[in-house]
Amino acid sequence: MAFSAFASTPAAAGPVVRRRSWIALVLLLPGILYLLLFFITPLISLVFTSFQQPVINGDIGQYSAGFQWSNYTDSVVQYLPLILRAFGYALLATLLALVISYPLAYFIGVKVRGFPLVQSLLLTLVIAPFFISFLLRTLAWKQIMSDEGPIVVGLKALSIFPSDGHITGTPFAVIFGLTYNFIPFMTLPLYATLERLDVRFIEAGNDLYASPFTTFRKITVPLSLPGIVSGTLLTFIPAAGDYINASGDFLGSAQTSMVGNAIESNFLVTQNYPVAAALSIVLMAVILIIVGFYVRRAGTEDLI
Amino acid sequence: MAAGTFAEKGADLELVGITKTFPGFTAIRSLDLFIPAGSFFALLGPSGCGKTTTLRLVAGLEEPTAGRIVIGGKDVTSTKSFQRPVNTVFQSYALFPHMSVLENVAFGLRRRGIASPLEKAHEALRLVELDHLAARRPAQLSGGQQQRVALARAVVNRPALLLLDEPLGALDLKLRRQMQLELKDIQTEVGLTFLHVTHDQEEAMTMADTIAVMNRGEIEQMGAPEELYELPRTAFVANFLGQSNLFTGEVVSSTPDALTVASAGQQLVIPSARAPRRSGTVTVGVRPEKLLLLTAPPAAPSSGVNVLGPGRVIDVSFSGVSTQYTIAVPGIGDVIVFAQNMVFGPVVHVGAEVWVSWNVEHGFGLEDSPAEAAAGVADAASAAGADGDVATSALTTVKA
Ligand SMILES: Nc1ncnc2c1ncn2[C@@H]1O[C@H](COP(=O)(O)OP(=O)(O)O)[C@@H](O)[C@H]1O
Ligand SMILES: [Mg+2]
Repeated sequence: MAFSAFASTPAAAGPVVRRRSWIALVLLLPGILYLLLFFITPLISLVFTSFQQPVINGDIGQYSAGFQWSNYTDSVVQYLPLILRAFGYALLATLLALVISYPLAYFIGVKVRGFPLVQSLLLTLVIAPFFISFLLRTLAWKQIMSDEGPIVVGLKALSIFPSDGHITGTPFAVIFGLTYNFIPFMTLPLYATLERLDVRFIEAGNDLYASPFTTFRKITVPLSLPGIVSGTLLTFIPAAGDYINASGDFLGSAQTSMVGNAIESNFLVTQNYPVAAALSIVLMAVILIIVGFYVRRAGTEDLI
Repeated sequence: MAAGTFAEKGADLELVGITKTFPGFTAIRSLDLFIPAGSFFALLGPSGCGKTTTLRLVAGLEEPTAGRIVIGGKDVTSTKSFQRPVNTVFQSYALFPHMSVLENVAFGLRRRGIASPLEKAHEALRLVELDHLAARRPAQLSGGQQQRVALARAVVNRPALLLLDEPLGALDLKLRRQMQLELKDIQTEVGLTFLHVTHDQEEAMTMADTIAVMNRGEIEQMGAPEELYELPRTAFVANFLGQSNLFTGEVVSSTPDALTVASAGQQLVIPSARAPRRSGTVTVGVRPEKLLLLTAPPAAPSSGVNVLGPGRVIDVSFSGVSTQYTIAVPGIGDVIVFAQNMVFGPVVHVGAEVWVSWNVEHGFGLEDSPAEAAAGVADAASAAGADGDVATSALTTVKA
């Protein structure tokens, strides 16, 4: 009788393990279904759309299934400047956001570590812009930087700015808008790593003759690389596809159009769905390639 | 110091009136300290007494609230940490997690532009017997191995002043002994100055030329190991550095040669030269291994010998080389005797009536007032309790 208690243990091990994997599968099911329904399905549909051809003598916006590879070549050739501009602007905005966010995140995560109240207050301030709609904030900046706004008027009064100068509609305004709108996505991951940074490593660096700058370069930056990588990705990816900041209705003009604006106008204005779909897929592919190389170079898995 | 070269020899260190106050807590109280160049100096004290804080002040990782720090004749009080000719073996190791063991050790050499840093780093790793793990990351090493890497990373720089914060605490006994010898070798070979922090009194006594015993942010006593052991000045030192039997009583006679103290009706004599306080209520002591156990009262009270008793043996604890007897003496309290095992096993058993005696010249007097002595005994007892170290536990009674 007493021995049966021991004997039953190995016998039970099999079913227990199998039941565990069942539970895992059941728990994963909603996620898998969700991805299938809301990511894979539209993606397949997008790929099909990108190869569609116009219906002869059909209405505007009427297309039939086909394999029109020229959708890709034509749209890339036509919109190459916009594609390059999108990545250029996104890159600049990401770098600016990094330069602004790093000291900010360092201050909140390391310097005021002993004062949790100050820390939460500053973090709240960082995410406070999210309490207002993205569109409204960008419109507000449009007004501030408009030709009748205080900045332009003031600069003109001081004769720093030519009398026919503008801020809105320039690359400056668009990059400014992108930087401003995505800064919290940079600051928060940076804060999350810097908050856990062990300052004893910095002290050890100082003790081993490294100047503050060398310590920063050799110790602080490598140790906060996971935050830098996720922050730059979270900023760069949405910034590259953004079409609000660069649009003429907000901070941009025809001269600052990014690939997102081309996708938007093809989808919603000219109803040229295949070109819009092809551009979307090109944008996605380029981002994937860039991110792949970037993550590889940064060697995050090596660091953690 | 010149870039690209090692320190030629050690530098002396002088702390003048150093005070360090954290918000609401004073960790160091007007500390004065002089460590001559080329010496091996140990700072010994219970955990929380301010040893690490002292090292951090010297390394420049903490700014003193008051006072000056002078290294090699130069006032470095306002000098930044990376400009001081000092390296630290951190209590927490603080090895850089994103670098290999080898790069960790080469870090300081590279910063100072020393020639062939990797070669020298390998050499330092061989010294701590870890060269075969040079390519690993610190996280892939055991605690003891990490501690040795931390040691190599500091020693490889041959700094004029090396600060060691409990650098051998994570090593097992055999490796600790070996590292102690190697540290001592490095120190004498190059003539560097070592400031070694430890709470292990045996380590301090075997390695250091000079020991400073620290308690509650102050140095209680400083001197050569034998001097500190044979002539402790405070109850804390008497019990933190080994064990002592302490007796408190009134001075009944004082001559240039001898001081006689009456404690619970028993007369105890100590040499006047070994008694800083010579009137009123004083505390005198004797080390347990100086005591002789007698099973009969001494025939004739001879001068030059103190006798206590009769008392009753209440505990016998055999430890191979020696046996520790605890004897309850009425009116005095518990007295500890360490006796060499000259015969097989203990010579008396629990319940036996015994007397203890010791040579007058082995006794010592404390500077402490009776109240200070009681506080010192309590501090040493709690320090021993916190360390879980039976050998240093203070089994002493102070009877006012
Ligand atoms: N940054 C700090 N803020 C407040 N108190 C501190 C700080 N650093 C150390 N202390 C306190 O100072 C005392 C001495 O600490 P420390 O020098 O680390 O002791 P130890 O002798 O064990 O090395 C301790 O009571 C500790 O709590
Ligand atoms: Mg410490």
